[in-house]
Amino acid sequence: MSIDLKTIKHISKLSRISVDEKKAEKLASDLNSIFDFIEKLNELKTENVEPLTSVAETTLKLRPDEVKSKNLREQIIKNSPKDNEDYFVVPKVIE
Amino acid sequence: MSDITKQTLSELVNNIKEKKLSSLEVTKAFIDRSEKSKELNTYITEDFSNALDKAKKFDDNPNLDLKLPGIPMAVKDLFCTANLRTTAGSKILNNFIPTYESTVTQNIWNEGAILIGKLNCDEFAMGSSNETSFFGNVQNPIDKNLVPGGSSGGSSSALAAQLTPITIGTDTGGSIRQPASFTGTVGLKPTYGSCSRYGIVAFASSLDQAGPMAQNVEDCALLQEVISSYDQKDSTSIDFKRNQYSKELTKDIKGKTIGIPKEYRVDGMPKEIDDLWQKGIEYAKDCGAEIIDISLPHTNYALPTYYIVAPAEASSNLARYDGVKYGFRADGENLIDMYEKTRSEGFGAEVQRRIMIGTYVLSSGYYDAYYLKAQKVRKLIKNDFDEAYKKVDAILTPSTPSSAFKIGEKTNDPVSMYLNDIFTVPVNLAGLPGISIPAGHDVKGYPLGLQIIGKAFDEQNILNIAYAMEEKINFKNKITDWWIK
Repeated sequence: MSIDLKTIKHISKLSRISVDEKKAEKLASDLNSIFDFIEKLNELKTENVEPLTSVAETTLKLRPDEVKSKNLREQIIKNSPKDNEDYFVVPKVIE
Repeated sequence: MSDITKQTLSELVNNIKEKKLSSLEVTKAFIDRSEKSKELNTYITEDFSNALDKAKKFDDNPNLDLKLPGIPMAVKDLFCTANLRTTAGSKILNNFIPTYESTVTQNIWNEGAILIGKLNCDEFAMGSSNETSFFGNVQNPIDKNLVPGGSSGGSSSALAAQLTPITIGTDTGGSIRQPASFTGTVGLKPTYGSCSRYGIVAFASSLDQAGPMAQNVEDCALLQEVISSYDQKDSTSIDFKRNQYSKELTKDIKGKTIGIPKEYRVDGMPKEIDDLWQKGIEYAKDCGAEIIDISLPHTNYALPTYYIVAPAEASSNLARYDGVKYGFRADGENLIDMYEKTRSEGFGAEVQRRIMIGTYVLSSGYYDAYYLKAQKVRKLIKNDFDEAYKKVDAILTPSTPSSAFKIGEKTNDPVSMYLNDIFTVPVNLAGLPGISIPAGHDVKGYPLGLQIIGKAFDEQNILNIAYAMEEKINFKNKITDWWIK
């Protein structure tokens, strides 16, 4: 299998990480060597195997639907790179 | 007492309880040594003056019934600490000051310990050498220009260099056990669900576990006792009866059965690792354990499985870093451009690589071929362990396929870096507990570790085996203080 530059550009778009040509080439080469290594899994027949989704074999516990943390507005905003009163500020989305 | 920093945790606790030492004296000693050890680059954020204030306060009104009375301690910078910067080793969290505390660190402070600083680690815990940290390489106190392992490399280095008497790390694929092995210290990865993940910067949520690192097994058991708790704030935290690990610690392991998996004898493994393993088998026999050959047939598939599952979960977990709610933001022409530049400039190369792998294996058309396939193989790997544990109580393997390597030696070849975790990754995939204990030195005098893997929730048993073997091994770490001028 081979991951080409077009695929890298596609993944970079999905990942919301911008890549220039030089970085894309390096990523293609790295990802190809990693996927060569991953291809080993195809040696195994797994049609009848149940996928393991969690090693913690417990059902999720239910709890009463109660608000326990209140008035966190200030804490939530505190670390934002840009805010205005009670809002996060982002570049304009609607013209 | 001039050699405070050489004391074990239990010695320090006893000396404080018997009022032979004050918390301030102990805290000051570790801070002084940390000040002289900047060259190791173990700290990302120091909190020394607050720590001294807390130590004074403790001494004014000491509660000597606590398990860690007035004991200073630095922790991996992956644990959120309220009002103290938490970076996860990343530029993207360079200015992040949590408003809340992780459950694991809260458990530690509740037992009287005092935070002295946050320790370096691979960016978002993705690495095996601490070289992916935005805050630079960490030196291994064993030798100059040697990696301390990773991702908990600042933790292992600070512990081995006696800058902190105990510490905690996190382990997603070996990030506690491998650095412990590289620095001649003890590190335990608990059963998945034993320690709360609340407030730990997430990497791969189905694999991440916090765990203790210490100079010896007894200290490690005590710290595990403190940090392990059922926590409603972590939906995969498991409510089981936790032992008083340090109180129940025993060297009597007569009749315990220990499995030796033949698949761990990998191609190209240095002879000294194989010799160490043989020695370990002899030590276990000397302790009265019965050795049984076992097979874990899917061992070779663990790393490829891990490198699908972990990046997939990471790509999802790290989607939250968008430059809006917290952390670094790069300016952009529009919203999408801002996201893309923020993530491109905020994440380092290894993190970007893993996000890309994860995004790819989860993307439309590839999910079944990669992610679903990996989950199925993960099941086979877990089944191997379940089968083995019908015959044995624990499993003994080397911790790593080599001793610590030089800084820069493996940075250009991601796959050779990943191979470091060949013996530790299967344990995370199966959610089991594993402990690395120092067991010898290679020809260069660098430490080597042995790993004992247990059944789920059987931490006490592997701690006991480690405790018994530790006495036989009688390991002495060779630290020369070369970095102190």
